[in-house]
Amino acid sequence: MQWETVIGLEIHAQLATKSKIFSGAATLYGAEPNTQACAIDLGLPGVLPVLNQEAVKMAVKFGLAIGAEVSPRSVFARKNYFYPDLPKGYQISQFDLPVVSTGETTIVVDGEEKVIGITRAHLEEDAGKSLHEDFEGHTGIDLNRAGTPLLEIVSEPDMRSAKEAVAYMKKLHALVRYLEICDGNMQEGSFRCDANVSIRPKGQEKFGTRAEIKNLNSFRFVEKAINYEVLRQIEILENGGTIVQETRLYDANKDETRSMRSKEEANDYRYFPDPDLLPLEIDANFIESVRTQLPELPDQKKLRFKAQYSLNDYDAEVLTATRELASYFEQVALLSGSDPKLCANWVMGDLAAALNKAGLEIEESPVDPQRLAGLIQRIADDTISGKIAKHVFEGLWASLESADAIIDREGLRQITDTGAIEAIIDAIIAENPAQVEGYRSGKDKLFGFFVGQAMKATEGKANPAQLNELLKKKLS
Amino acid sequence: MHEKTIRELSEGLKSKAFSSLELTESFLQRIDRLDPSINAFITVTPERALEAAKAADVALSGGTAGPLTGIPIAQKDIFCTEGVRSSCGSKMLDQFISPYNATVVDRLNAAGTVMLGKLNMDEFAMGSSNETSFYGPVKNPWNLETVPGGSSGGSAAAIAARLVPGATGTDTGGSIRQPAAFCGITGIKPTYGLVSRWGMIAFASSLDQAGPMAKTAEDCAWLLEAMAGFDPKDSTSIERPKEIYSQGLDKSLQGLRIGLPKEFFGEGLDPDIHQAIQTAIGEIEKLGATVKAISLPHMHLSGPAYYVVAPAECSSNLARLDGVRYGYRAENPKDLKDLYMRSRGEGFGAEVKRRILIGTYALSAGYYDAYYLKAQKIRRLISDDFKKAFEEVDVIMGPTSPSVAFQFGEKSQDPIAMYLSDIYTIAVNLAGLPGMSVPVGFSKGLPIGMQLIGNYFSEHRLLNVAHRYQGVTDWHQQSPKL
Amino acid sequence: MSLTSDEVNRIAFLARLAIDPDKIDAYAKDLSGIMNFIDEMSAIDTETVLPMAHPLDQAQRLRPDEVTEHNQREAFQKIAPKVEAGLYLVPKVIE
Repeated sequence: MQWETVIGLEIHAQLATKSKIFSGAATLYGAEPNTQACAIDLGLPGVLPVLNQEAVKMAVKFGLAIGAEVSPRSVFARKNYFYPDLPKGYQISQFDLPVVSTGETTIVVDGEEKVIGITRAHLEEDAGKSLHEDFEGHTGIDLNRAGTPLLEIVSEPDMRSAKEAVAYMKKLHALVRYLEICDGNMQEGSFRCDANVSIRPKGQEKFGTRAEIKNLNSFRFVEKAINYEVLRQIEILENGGTIVQETRLYDANKDETRSMRSKEEANDYRYFPDPDLLPLEIDANFIESVRTQLPELPDQKKLRFKAQYSLNDYDAEVLTATRELASYFEQVALLSGSDPKLCANWVMGDLAAALNKAGLEIEESPVDPQRLAGLIQRIADDTISGKIAKHVFEGLWASLESADAIIDREGLRQITDTGAIEAIIDAIIAENPAQVEGYRSGKDKLFGFFVGQAMKATEGKANPAQLNELLKKKLS
Repeated sequence: MHEKTIRELSEGLKSKAFSSLELTESFLQRIDRLDPSINAFITVTPERALEAAKAADVALSGGTAGPLTGIPIAQKDIFCTEGVRSSCGSKMLDQFISPYNATVVDRLNAAGTVMLGKLNMDEFAMGSSNETSFYGPVKNPWNLETVPGGSSGGSAAAIAARLVPGATGTDTGGSIRQPAAFCGITGIKPTYGLVSRWGMIAFASSLDQAGPMAKTAEDCAWLLEAMAGFDPKDSTSIERPKEIYSQGLDKSLQGLRIGLPKEFFGEGLDPDIHQAIQTAIGEIEKLGATVKAISLPHMHLSGPAYYVVAPAECSSNLARLDGVRYGYRAENPKDLKDLYMRSRGEGFGAEVKRRILIGTYALSAGYYDAYYLKAQKIRRLISDDFKKAFEEVDVIMGPTSPSVAFQFGEKSQDPIAMYLSDIYTIAVNLAGLPGMSVPVGFSKGLPIGMQLIGNYFSEHRLLNVAHRYQGVTDWHQQSPKL
Repeated sequence: MSLTSDEVNRIAFLARLAIDPDKIDAYAKDLSGIMNFIDEMSAIDTETVLPMAHPLDQAQRLRPDEVTEHNQREAFQKIAPKVEAGLYLVPKVIE
């Protein structure tokens, strides 16, 4: 039987506000337990939530960026359930009237474009954290994270492979960072997702029963968890079993998903409008003012890069993957005033490799755009060859010197003086009569010998094109 | 001294007839002597009170005193008071020392009042007789065999027994007005959003509203003036210019249009109460008002709608009481479920449990539309009835409660009978309107209350009407023999 | 409308309320009575009526994004039943 995988993702993006969604406590990561949990976050008696306007603005930004409708009126509802990391016994979320509805985004997988529908995005508060280790027979509860604003972005079940799911998640990751509404730090849980996975016989329209894999916080885990889950479901169905609709947890150490016992008991969340919070109204003027503040988005930027810099699709895609990388490239291109393709090659090639090796992000690069541009200018004006440039780049990486300073200090300037090159060629011809004889009698391969000798004599600094041309003339 | 109104006490303090310290000591002594038989207080805070009284005396001598400086009051135990137990009448919060003040408490403190202690109440304000309090029932000072009403029964009884000249109450379905009626005092539930709910332990968030209780409408006006006002910590608090309720109380009632809904005078109303209300309305007519018969056709559905909305909200509001971060925690829980089930099972009393169960049921899958949504629609119909009525009249009048104070145990075994004692008050909460109760007579030695209902933000008018009425009657001056 | 003991048990679990097994029947009776009282609502047609969630017909007021609260862990945990190393402790949770 041929099976088709169906995946929908619920992405939780922590919004990069200074204070929490309903309280004035800080949202900084890594504070001592419960030092950033105020009376509201702790659900003490008599406290009341007041919504953070910046969280609303960020949700609107996101809605506009995916071409969605921003609801002029949305409602906060209570999702009721008991769990120790949920202090009030309910989560304030949005249920039937979310702030953002029906948008979409385009992903590219194996060169193919695909549109993924986004059903909705709504504002809600995060829960605290349970620490299961360390306390003999007890779980410790840290409520610092409780009340951190989240934007939950729910996709349509439009993805058909783990690869597409990862591409979609990466796309949204880039988008929220472009919009500066989420720091995207997946290790800290700022950007995470639940994956709804089901399979169905190819050609069948009806969806299969889905399992929800909770709390995936890396692209790799998303891919591995989905792939494991698909195989698990195929095995069950092919052995005549049925899939149970349930919540599962991905165990990265064992690379498997397992059923979550704590969620076994049937949930009945008893959603109802939060009586502490009146409807959220967003007027058209506000939406327009946010629209004017939107930055250039990844898709727009990619199109512009292709047009403005004559880059191919692949280069434009890579360079616009993050706002920081795109900005770095644009500064190099501007400062060097050189061929953008050359700039792109350096940013995506030697620089990216060095960053990768050192485990650094582009914004942490020891070589700033100014100095890389300086290097590229010297390649473009033939001061140095591409090969020498690689050596100079190592110098840039290791010091704060400019390319010019390194070239001058190490005497790396290319020899472009025809007279000087001719003199060297003359000396080589004089010293190697046998090879000259051989070349002239038809052994073309000997040409490389002369190039090598000339480069050796000039320590690689002879302009290669010029050298070739003069050698050919002298040897003929 | 304890028979004086707040206004009279304020004059006495200003003229140095007595000091706040003397006044405070006198009330504390009276509480010591009489409260054991009334049980109006859960916690008395004499040290704090004396300290606050001394500070008030300094302000009084220094000329920085306001009208309420040095006036003893007490807070319903639903209000969080920093450093003082804030139990909400429940075992669940018996050990809860609040780390902060309710806004109402802050405001009354800032006005210079002297808090004598925390007043008894039905557990989490759920009750109409004060019999659900973990701290035992409050006795009605007019007859110790009868209930004081609820849930602000401690507040009403304390004022009636002259243990304190004024107090705070909260009203979710009649919890200020009904006990005020039963105890023969005056109380006002303001428009929803006028008084901040911050630090007031929530029962049903869309219905709860705090208000003052005192002997007279004038005293209520003074207290409300201090309590009301915008609070950024409550997003349902209304931003509007501050009103001076203490001024304009003597305004003429000439041309005042009174509406008498026929639904308020039907079956189930005690004939003595009916008679007393008619007499009172006659007095107000003499002051220049006119009367018009009106109808609130969906009135009879306010009880059913209320007993969905209030329990639904409370089932969620009380979920935070789980024995994890504060409050009662069952001993030796064997697992998390046991911790939750027993902490809540042992910490809450029977009526609170009933309401949580009803609310949970009404919101549960498959029942939401039939109950919660339906109740919200009826709420709209009730609210629209009032809107229509206020196109024709200025104030609606009727009984506060269908009966006078009943005996202990008379209704506590029958929830529906108990719920029916609020039939005239709950519609006001569903609509969010201001409502008042003023004493208008007695039946079998027990006080009768008349309810005044106004349009949104018409507190000023209600207080004006009540004050003028109290100018020509003396029901509010009667006090029980203790 | 009448609630069975099983339904009472189900709701009591949803609400995490331990109820003495001896009292389940009494609760079932009380709750059935209350539900009957509530069921009066069904007599009226509300098809075209807009639900009213709140007495205030207003929009929600928002607050600026400012950090106004600071660490009060000590004060808050003084009233906590069981804490260790700044954490609230509950019986072991198994996921």
